[in-house]
Order: sequence, then C-alpha cells, then structure tokens
Amino acid sequence: MLGIAGKGVARGGMNASRIRSQSLLLASKSYSSTAKQMTVRDALNSALDEEMSADPKVFIMGEEVGEYQGAYKITKGLLDKYGPDRVVDTPITEAGFTGIGVGAAYHGLKPVVEFMTFNFSMQAIDHIINSAAKSNYMSAGQLSVPIVFRGPNGAAAGVGAQHSHCYAAWYSSCPGLKVLAPYSSEDARGLLKAAIRDPDPVVFLENELLYGESFPVSAEVLDSSFSLPIGKAKIELEGKDVTITAFSKMVGFALKAAEILAKEGISAEVINLRSIRPLDRSTINASVRKTNRLVTVEEGFPQHGVGAEICASVVEDSFEYLDAPVERISGSDVPTPYAANLERMAFPQIEDIVRAAKRACYRSVPMAATA
Amino acid sequence: MPPLVTPAITKLLPSLSLAFSAPALNSLPLSLSSQQGASFVPKCKQTKLSPLVSLRPLIKHLGDTLIHSSADAMASAFSAFKTMNQPLHRTTNNPFSKPTSPFLGSGREFRPVPSSAPVRRQSTIVAVSSDVVKKKKTNSIPFSSSDLLITREEGLELFEDMVLGRGFEDMCAQMYYRGKMFGFVHLYNGQEAVSTGFIKLLTKEDSVVSTYRDHVHALSKGVPARQVMSELFGRTTGCCRGQGGSMHMFSKEFNVLGGFAFIGEGIPVATGAAFTSKYRREVLKEADSDHVTLAFFGDGTCNNGQFFECLNMAALWKLPIVFVVENNLWAIGMSHLRATSDPEIWKKGPAFGMPGVHVDGMDVLKVREVAKEAIGRARRGEGPSLIECETYRFRGHSLADPDELRDPAEKSHYATRDPITALKKYMFEHNLVKEDELKAIEKKIDEMMEDAVEFADASPLPPRPQLLENVFADPKGFGIGPDGRYRCEDPQFTQGTAHV
Repeated sequence: MLGIAGKGVARGGMNASRIRSQSLLLASKSYSSTAKQMTVRDALNSALDEEMSADPKVFIMGEEVGEYQGAYKITKGLLDKYGPDRVVDTPITEAGFTGIGVGAAYHGLKPVVEFMTFNFSMQAIDHIINSAAKSNYMSAGQLSVPIVFRGPNGAAAGVGAQHSHCYAAWYSSCPGLKVLAPYSSEDARGLLKAAIRDPDPVVFLENELLYGESFPVSAEVLDSSFSLPIGKAKIELEGKDVTITAFSKMVGFALKAAEILAKEGISAEVINLRSIRPLDRSTINASVRKTNRLVTVEEGFPQHGVGAEICASVVEDSFEYLDAPVERISGSDVPTPYAANLERMAFPQIEDIVRAAKRACYRSVPMAATA
Repeated sequence: MPPLVTPAITKLLPSLSLAFSAPALNSLPLSLSSQQGASFVPKCKQTKLSPLVSLRPLIKHLGDTLIHSSADAMASAFSAFKTMNQPLHRTTNNPFSKPTSPFLGSGREFRPVPSSAPVRRQSTIVAVSSDVVKKKKTNSIPFSSSDLLITREEGLELFEDMVLGRGFEDMCAQMYYRGKMFGFVHLYNGQEAVSTGFIKLLTKEDSVVSTYRDHVHALSKGVPARQVMSELFGRTTGCCRGQGGSMHMFSKEFNVLGGFAFIGEGIPVATGAAFTSKYRREVLKEADSDHVTLAFFGDGTCNNGQFFECLNMAALWKLPIVFVVENNLWAIGMSHLRATSDPEIWKKGPAFGMPGVHVDGMDVLKVREVAKEAIGRARRGEGPSLIECETYRFRGHSLADPDELRDPAEKSHYATRDPITALKKYMFEHNLVKEDELKAIEKKIDEMMEDAVEFADASPLPPRPQLLENVFADPKGFGIGPDGRYRCEDPQFTQGTAHV
C-alpha cells in the first residue's frame, strides 16, 4: 500500500522541485536579495548586546565571559560596554554559579548563564532541572525563573567523548524547560532574544562549529526588535517527496543532502526544528502528511532521542499517511571516539542523510537505472 | 568589621591571614557560661555525651598558645587534626593573601576594597564564639539597665515563635501517622532556637532559603500555619496549592525561596538571591535594596562542594548573605565526626575570608546575638558570615527514620537542653514574664494548630486541570498545537496529559 503510492508521488514534479530547491539554497525565501552576511557568533553577540542594553536586569555570568571576552568570543566587547557587574567572570564552579543565576532569577533578574560548553552543564544539571525547571510548578506559579543557559552543544572536532555530546534530548525531556537549537544567524539572533525575554528557563544549545559560519540576514533580522516565536519550526526548504527534520548543525547537512537528492530527482522538504521543546508537532505532521516520508537527523544518541520523539509524534498523529518506515539518523550509540576516522563515523554525514532519504523513497538505486 | 572583633584580638593578630581568637577557642562549642541560668547546663561537664566535646581540651590548649602565633605549638596541640597544620602555618608573607594577580581583577568593582586597606582579609577574618560577642555587647553599653539580652516583648515573640514551630511539628507527626500527609516529612523539633533566633530579625523583604526541613523556617518567616499545613495535606489552599509539598515550601509574599530537597542545592540559590540584592543596589541603582538572605543547611551539607563554591563567591563578591549551619551532629545516621575531617565548621569561614562564628544553637538568645551581628554586617554591605549553630534534632531524620544509631544517652542529654524550656527559665528568672502569660501563648498556639488542621482537612483537593498548570510562567509555554495556535489557547489544554 505504501510503496506504490509513494513512488508515484516521488516522480511527480521532480524537475520543478529541483529548480526551486536550487534557487532556494542560494537565497532562502525570507532573505532579501541584497542581504547582508553575518556570522552566528556576531548574531549571538549582537543579540546579547541589544538585550542587555534594553533591559538592565539582563546580565551574563560564566567562566571567561568577561576579561577573556568569552572562550568562544560570544561575549566579546560586552565587559567594556556593561562593566564587571553585568558581565560576571565566575570561578570554575558550574554548580555554584548556575545556582546563583537561578537564585537571581527567582528575584526578578534575567541572568544569561554561559557554559563554556554544555558538557560542563553536567556539573550543574541539578540546578537546571531541580532549581530552575521545577520551581514555577512547585511554587504554584509564585516564582518564575527567567533564565537562559547557553553555550556550545554537541560534537566538536577531536575533543573526545566527554566534550562531544548533544544534550538536546536530555533537557527536552524535562517539563518546565524550553530547549532551543539555532542553526543560522537569523535563528541565533531571533531565538536568543526570545529566550532572554521569555519568563521561563531556556536551554539554548549552540554549536561550536557553526560560530564562524556566515549566513545572509535581512534588515528585519537585524532590527533590534526582531525575535522568533519559541515552539515554531522553520521550513528551510520546501519539497514534496520526503521530509527531513534536523536542528543545529544538522540543518546544514540536511540542506546539502537535499541538494544532492534534488539532482537525483527527489524533492526533500527540510524542517529546521529551532525549538526542541516545545516541539512543533504540527509543522512536522503537516509536512509528513504532504510527503508521506520522514527522515529525522540529529547528532545525539539514538535511544530516546529527538528523532524517537518525532517518530512517536508522527506515528500518533499521522500514522495512516506514512508510505515508508521512518528513517532515524543519529549519532552512533557509542561515546564519541577520538580518532578522526572513527569520529567521522560516529556522527551523521551528508551521505547518510541522502541514503536514508532514498531508502524512504524506495530509491536506493540511481534514478537513471529505473527511468 | 568591628562588632565581631574584640580590640585585643585585632591588635594581637593583625598579621595572621587566618585569625583565630583565643577567647573563641577557649569557649568553643557548647561550653556555655552559666550566667544565663541553671538551665544552660555547661556542656563541658558532660564530655562523654558529645564526641565533639572530647576534643575540647585540645582546643583549649591551642587557644592558649595560638595567641603567640606559635605554629609549632599549634601543630603539636592539634596533632589530632591532620588538616589543621597547613592553613595555620600561613602568614601574610604568603603572596596568595594579596590580590595582586590580574585574574582577580575582573571582580574589582564588584568588591570594592577601601584603598586604605589593600589587604582586605587582615581586618575582616575573625572567628569567634557567641560568648565574645555577648561580653563585648554588655561591656559596650554601660548605661544598659541590666544584662538582659531581650526585652519582655522580644522574649514573648521568641517564645511564641518557638512554641509555634514545636507545636506545628508535633501536629505534623500526628497527622502523618494518621495518614493525612505522606512522603518524606522532616521535623524540626529541638532546632527551634536557630530558626527563631535568626528569622525573627529579618524584614519581610529579606529572603530565606531552606532545606527539606523547612516547615518551621516558613512559619518563622511569617507564612500562616494554615497555608503550611494545607500544603502538607496536599490541598489547594496550601502555600503552593499542593504542588510543592513538605520539602518545597515557597512563598513569594514572605520571600521564602524554597525548601530544597537535595543536599547543598539551596546554597547557590540563596547566594543568587543575595547577588540580586547587590545587583539591584549597584546596577539598578535601587538605593533601598539592602535585603539580606539567610541560607540554612546542615552539617552534612558542609562536606558538599556547593557549600565551598558559594562561600568563595559570596566572600569574593561581598554578598549580603549569612550561611547558617544547623549542625545537629547527624546526617541521617552519619555522625558529623565520622563524616568531616575537621568537625569545627565555623573555621571554614575564615578560610574563605569571612567571619566564622560558633554558637550554641540550643540557646535562642545567643543565636540571636550572633545573628544580629551577622545580619547587620550583611545589610551594611560588609559581606557574608558563616555561623555554625550547634543544635540537635529531637526526632529522627524524617518520620520514616527508625533513629537507631544515635545514643539514647546523647538524646536524653540534649532533651534537657530544650531551647524552649531554657528561654522560659531565663524569662522567669529575670522576671520578664509570668507563667500564665506563657501558658496563654501555649494555649493560643494549640488552638492555632487545631485550626490549621481543621482548615487543611476541610480544604479541597486540587482539581484535575491543576495538574498541568504552572509548568511555565509563560502561558504559551506548551507550544503550538495541531491547529497552529498556541496549545494554551485550546480550552481543553489542561485536561488530560498525553498530548501536552
């Protein structure tokens, strides 16, 4: 039942979608043709700067955020502008300073707590989960916790198991937290501003390897009032044969995979989740109801991962629309190895996404062979 | 920081980076002077009962020698304490005692150091016992009509608060055994002098951060007994509508920032509340922001890293906080002496650049005197203090604890030192109150407890839709529904669980 219908859909509109997807890759629809380029680093920096300037209750604390200008230079220039009272260099005490941030948020300040990397948030997870996420509920709404926990998350390069770990699934399983994962500069600016303005604790998962990447940004994105809604995914690329969900760095991989797939006549729809929790189930399900196929991509571990949750959501809401088994691409079920070749194998690559999408479209052989 | 320093000590010890005072050491834990009445049994006469006390002769000896900064004498006197040797050998010649490294600089403006006193630590680090404070106090007020530590009204307030704490906890035990409350219930009996001695000195805007043993802290801070009891009963009229429970008392109105159920978890949160007071004053320019935060925790917590992390940051940034250790000598079944390399917790204050004070936590008047100094110091912007209140819980760790490891002799010894009885005696002996006045208070509290229980029992259970309320402060926190609208806009959104 699934296969025949699926193939029919896959073939239709192939050429049109190829053309459209290529043009979209060059300049996504929300960007004007004269768009300025901006790195993710500058997007985060400018968002912090603007929010600190707009609200004196916003301050940033963490290791090396001040005089060192940020381990990854995200807080560059902020110390000079706002002084050491608002750009607080802390000792190396994650549990301590994270808890201090939460306590400050209880009392109405809006702390942005930077983890040098999210791996170190393990030392403070008690405060993220128990002190921040649960307090609004335990106090029956008396104490809200407007705090942002941010820093690079996920796999870096060559740093071994303890420094290469995606926490999206971990934090997104906890009620009371909002979990955001920006991909582009537009995401970074819009989501970080939304996170700082939000009255609840937000875990903001950046990616070290994206910091230096440039993306086009429109005048709207550069406006200081710009922000993005939390809980809303973005369709980065429209397509009709297969839906690919991804977040953070994997969005870039999914877009590249879509480019390859387009050359082979498969029109992929790429969804940039942006918000892992709340998860935009409706956008995902609407897309799956259109394409009838789903590939989920993430860098985290497979079991109980973001892909597993998306799969469950689609099975619950759109089971009868599926024309193929859901393809779940994730990091390997191993601690991240150090050796470069093993490390590459441990995380999803563009070829993996291409292969999975073709499998979902029952096209594991080249288009030419069946045409 | 004059109030906690006797002039003689500052003169003698200006050059020690770790300042110890001889009087402090001579009058260490529980070695109370008997000047406050016979009820305050001098602890040193009963050395067999408390393991801490058996160390006291050594400490006394140390006190005599330390004043000459004789490190060798200290080392031999303290041979029982392996860890004592290292810090005591330090002198100001030690380069680490001066903030010369540029890495200390990022906090420069945050902890203003008077230019006249470039080495902040010399003048501020003091460790004393409450006896020193008290003597100083009485000496310095020559016009005071007597040696009374409290007025009649203050005495009545303290008495009422302690009786309230005790009465409430006794009622909790009854209700727990009757199945009206459930889960873990940790009672505060015996420790009332600490909560009352400290919290009654606070304003409504000051904050309290507590542990899982938090009912009485909430009551002392002003949360009505009805609300606390209803919370324990799991009713909507509870201070957290039944969503918090015994270990998680919150009150925005009274600035009770939570009971924290994990060891050490509350300390950073309290430090953050203190950080906010300072931030409001210095960054938001709210001149009246002089609020003080009290962090309560036990002896077991003092072996946890978060305690040390926050002592460091609170001292580094001069935060308006008082770290109050309720040392009841036992962490469930783990004796303090079996868990801690140096059982004198107050000594860790000076190690971090703040005063460390030991006080008899069974004596509300002594606790109050020390608390006044520490809270005043915090409010004046002079930084944090570490106060070790040596106390005892009269019940097990929780109502589920069979309490088999504590020596019955130890328990009965502390039972004779009941802080409520002691205060009563003090007030009688100084003709502050009449017996029938106290009886009237006891009766009033009894009635209040009956009322609290009746109120809680008659209160409604939380309705089903409440299950999903308050997860987020933002009503849109539940995200976007299948219809593209925010889920919270769906009238059904608080019903059921599966899809939210």
